[in-house]
Amino acid sequence: MKDQSLYEYLLMLGDNSMILGHRLSELCGHGPSLETDIALTNISLDLFGQVRSYFQYAAELKGDEATEDSIAFLRFDRDYRNSIIVEQPNTDFAHVIVRQFLFDSYHVPLLEQLMHSEDETIAAIAAKSIKEAKYHLRFSSEWMKRLGDGTEESHQRTQAALNHLYPYLHELYHESPIEKEMKEQGIGADLSVVKDHSLATINEVIAEATLSIPESEPRMVRGKQGIHSEHMGFILSDLQFMQRAYPNMQW
Amino acid sequence: MENESIMKALWTVTDPEIPVLSIMDMGVVRQVDMENDLVVVSITPTYSGCPAMDTIGDDIKKALKEEGYQSRVKLVLAPAWTTDWITERGRKKLAEYGIAPPMEEAADKAALIDGERLVKCTHCGSTNTRMISQFGSTACKALFQCNECDEPFDYFKCLK
Repeated sequence: MKDQSLYEYLLMLGDNSMILGHRLSELCGHGPSLETDIALTNISLDLFGQVRSYFQYAAELKGDEATEDSIAFLRFDRDYRNSIIVEQPNTDFAHVIVRQFLFDSYHVPLLEQLMHSEDETIAAIAAKSIKEAKYHLRFSSEWMKRLGDGTEESHQRTQAALNHLYPYLHELYHESPIEKEMKEQGIGADLSVVKDHSLATINEVIAEATLSIPESEPRMVRGKQGIHSEHMGFILSDLQFMQRAYPNMQW
Repeated sequence: MENESIMKALWTVTDPEIPVLSIMDMGVVRQVDMENDLVVVSITPTYSGCPAMDTIGDDIKKALKEEGYQSRVKLVLAPAWTTDWITERGRKKLAEYGIAPPMEEAADKAALIDGERLVKCTHCGSTNTRMISQFGSTACKALFQCNECDEPFDYFKCLK
């Protein structure tokens, strides 16, 4: 394929949104309150909408009768390019919110850069998505403060979630060879700039939420290279079941 | 004359979630072109994941077919849709239907973040209202309740 690197970059962008969107969709009907249930599934829907745009474009590049669905549902686990943080389970509401907040803090400055991508389609998707991502960040930041600066239990649980998830954050900032190539071509984002903005947001919100940044070392994980956590197999069996059991089925 | 019947057909297509509102009043239709005998309608999604877009696409093709046209619907992402593209008539229809139309950006933020009482109740007209949920029954709305008449209502969020 002529645009192999661009194709893989699109998978990286799309897979993060898809796997996180899938995790959020698991909460449909199980949210801790009606309002948060609706909010989290709305965010999931936004993310899946973005995924469709990325994968429709990826399918065009791939040709060979590829469709957004074949890209979403019919790859093997090693071919998914998402970071490990979005695979982490919905352990409790604190984990759901911390995972969302850390991702949103990265997603907004990432899209800010992609809006100026040399690739017109990526720029258009980013300009559309950023409006949604900003709203997500607003929602997750408020909940960080409410939980962190809430009751003793909510504070403890949120700090525990932060301790668990924070080491995975760094993979999002860690530039893979594909991301480097895309950055140099003016298509992809400069992750060092994304990191600065993301950490500034995190420090500000964490301070206001009376939480503390864990001192743990970043985990060296390689989701972007297709090496996933033990959660991924379970996610994919759920995500892919319909297409595997009933090939080419449509709603 | 030909254009007139195309536009007339497009005006009959409504948002499936808000059946009183034509897609023309929503500002979703960006361009109409002719490719030989094929009508090409470019539409832009309100929100990326809005499930109404597929239905709207099908409805456009159906409405044009009834007027004797074959058509194709093209999804365009740029420039991104904004609530500023909802027409004055569309805003009025939203309010009549029970959805408070989007306010301008600063007021929208004040109501959604700072809890200021600005959104007008679609039942009794009072602005003594409060936000119940930042997210509503669809991606484009937030849920409000009126402190005067106690009725809940939807608010169409400002998107810029």
